[in-house]
Amino acid sequence: MNIVGETVAWLTNPANWSGPNGIPVRFEEHVAISLVALLIALAIALPAGLYVGHTRRGTGVAVGIANFGRAVPSLALIGLVLPITQAFDPVNGFALYPTIFAMVVLAIPPVLVNADVGIRGVDDDVVQAARGMGLTEAQVLGRVEVPLSLAVILGGVRSSTVQVIATVTLGALFALGGLGRFIVDGIAQNDDGMLFGGVVLVAVLAMAAEGGLALLQRRASAASTGLPSRARVRGVAGPPLPDTAPYD
Amino acid sequence: MPDNRAATIEFDHVTKHYDRSLEAQGSPGAVDDLSLTVPAGSICVLVGPSGCGKTTSLKMVNRLIEPTRGRILVDGVDVATRDLVDLRRSIGYVIQQVGLFPHQTIGENVATVPRLLGWPAARRRERAEELLALVGLDPGAYRDRYPAQLSGGERQRVGVARALAADPPILLMDEPFGAVDPIVRERLQNELLRLQETLAKTILFVTHDIDEAIKMGDLVAVMATGGRLLQYGPPAGILARPASDFVAQFVGTDRGLKRMSLARVGELPIRPAITARPGDAAAPARARILADPFPYLLLVDERDRPLGWLDQHTLPAEGTLSAGAVIPVSPQFDRRTTLKDALSMLLDADVQAGVLVDRDGRLRGIVTVGMVADWFRSDSGGDLPAASAILDPSAAAAARV
Amino acid sequence: MIDWAWLSDHVPALLYRTGQHLYLAAVAIAVGLAISLALGVVAARRRRLYPPFSLVAGLVYTIPSLALFAALVPIVGLNMLTAEVPLVLYTLVILFRNVVAGFDAVPPDVQEAADAMSYTSTSRLVRVELPLAVPLIMAGLRVATVSTIGLVTITATLGDAFGGLGYFIFEGARRSFPTEIYAGAILTILLALGLDRLFVHLQGRLTPWERRGSDGASPA
Repeated sequence: MNIVGETVAWLTNPANWSGPNGIPVRFEEHVAISLVALLIALAIALPAGLYVGHTRRGTGVAVGIANFGRAVPSLALIGLVLPITQAFDPVNGFALYPTIFAMVVLAIPPVLVNADVGIRGVDDDVVQAARGMGLTEAQVLGRVEVPLSLAVILGGVRSSTVQVIATVTLGALFALGGLGRFIVDGIAQNDDGMLFGGVVLVAVLAMAAEGGLALLQRRASAASTGLPSRARVRGVAGPPLPDTAPYD
Repeated sequence: MPDNRAATIEFDHVTKHYDRSLEAQGSPGAVDDLSLTVPAGSICVLVGPSGCGKTTSLKMVNRLIEPTRGRILVDGVDVATRDLVDLRRSIGYVIQQVGLFPHQTIGENVATVPRLLGWPAARRRERAEELLALVGLDPGAYRDRYPAQLSGGERQRVGVARALAADPPILLMDEPFGAVDPIVRERLQNELLRLQETLAKTILFVTHDIDEAIKMGDLVAVMATGGRLLQYGPPAGILARPASDFVAQFVGTDRGLKRMSLARVGELPIRPAITARPGDAAAPARARILADPFPYLLLVDERDRPLGWLDQHTLPAEGTLSAGAVIPVSPQFDRRTTLKDALSMLLDADVQAGVLVDRDGRLRGIVTVGMVADWFRSDSGGDLPAASAILDPSAAAAARV
Repeated sequence: MIDWAWLSDHVPALLYRTGQHLYLAAVAIAVGLAISLALGVVAARRRRLYPPFSLVAGLVYTIPSLALFAALVPIVGLNMLTAEVPLVLYTLVILFRNVVAGFDAVPPDVQEAADAMSYTSTSRLVRVELPLAVPLIMAGLRVATVSTIGLVTITATLGDAFGGLGYFIFEGARRSFPTEIYAGAILTILLALGLDRLFVHLQGRLTPWERRGSDGASPA
């Protein structure tokens, strides 16, 4: 039982790199699904988080939503939504829409929390000075608060991204595409090479995304504080706490 | 059995180096061949700039740091030979940030060492309440609170109470009042001195503030960077005769004033005033003052209490003296007034002399600016034998008052 | 749309699966807590060990749980270990960081005072540092518990003997029977949310010194 060998063999087999079940296709699917979910989540959570952070209103609601989103198991969400979406669209409604829904719910809390805490964490004096200079509220937010809290906000995005990439694989249990299919199919066909190949690919994708975002986070941190970029960024993104900004 | 109340501390050629290779090259370490003795029941203050080894030296007494060379003796016993747990439970330790356990109530914090010693709960509670009262905190109000609910000054009082809980013979204090504001600091200093009058513990106190050192210390050890002891003796002695330029500079250019804050009016020789009562004949009184280099008459009442001054212009040539024309009495002092305060009052009132009265307000004599200046010039301001002979605590104590 | 008859018929099964769900989660959390406490203490004492631990933890987190469950089958067969090992691993990954952070949060002056009062390394750890690390550890426990509840549903892929409430989700999906899916999904969600709230409450109870803020004490 040479798992490493089998995995390497599978990954290097050119047959696996072509066709509708090939690595590139599944990779694209995975990226696409993750991206869609993330973008939807960002569209919801970013404005909400920025608003709550800037106006200091609705913090309680934000906390509640974040707690809910963090607590609710993704599989349960998929199950919950599945019958509904399936009724509307038998094809995509079985796996795609429920998965995206669950991923959006998963991705919202870190972004929401980090945006809120990040904005609130901007030095009050700076904000007051900006207002005093005649900037409108929107300008204060956009030109002062966001740039200064960009590193923290990106930290939330980073955390969400990694979690989504890893969890999209659940969709494969319902015959969704993406890299999770290799895992599920590998289990079904007793093909360890495929199974672990899929794992490796997911891990690579997750780490690449995280690495890219970490770099962005470092740059943002340096730009906002003028400190060397290593100084401010917090550790490796991974499990939720304590990397994402604490909320309670 | 040694008296539990206080123990002697002796540093015997204690050296601490953190980097042995640097030591081999001859670089100074943290503490350099420190030798001094702290008599039981006295407060010894280690003072000096940052990096002079004062805190390191302190921590070697309860072995939070171990010396590279030399010994530290408590009541003649090398601390290195004592059981560590036993040693630490017999030494009270107070630090600047206090270090109260946040997860325990004030009462539990104070009773920490008693609990480790196995005291029964009732005795622990009793002792905690006793100590809280001792440091000026109402036990009923504070015992069940948590440290986060207290102010900085209150927390440090609890810190002192905690250190005293098992009635240790030694108290180590590392800049204990450094984290509070000056008003609170002064109050805490006074309270510690007051406590010491009853408790008479041996206290080793570290500070970088020379004023605190002078105020608190029966004995002051001035240390310099590199861990060297520059001078050791009663504060008055260090102020009067600093052993080196560094010490003189460290002590401050106002050391003369500092010396005067340590001395009291009672130390000055008594100088009688020319006195008379209302109703006495004026002519003889006038003759007396004209013959005196200090030509002023002090009018006193039948109980010898000063009423006011009369000079050659206001004193009539004949008839009787009356209290009507007196110049109001200038500053009044008692024996305990410090020379510094006396001089200050004289200068403020812009007069040459003030009157010394006793507890009942009766005249004892006069105090002039000149007398203070004479004292200052004299070598007898706080004169005491050299450090190595300091083994008699009563000598040190006597020097303070 | 909901088949209430089915629900009332299957109460015993629902209860059984809920119990199974909680049991699987509890074992994982208990073991995970024990191991992360041990590892955390070591890492807090020897800081050099922390980065490698942390890196491994981050890596494990990116491995989809599906894969981890499946990967263990050829190694240990199909039994409790297959389900529990990955669950414990994921719990570890979350809790370890919190344990270390918890110990890091103990103020140095408190540690110094403890030493000076004769606490030995061990007693200081247990009597002083651990209680003070509780808030962060509890926060980690909360996240780990909720996360584990979610992961237990995925153990259903290992077969009917596992899965807790996830069993109903998969069965329901397979048979296109919404009621069953909802039963599984909603109960799981309730379980997760309920435990989440429970931990918030517990955390407050265990740390009375954090609940009371500074209440305007008198000066000095």
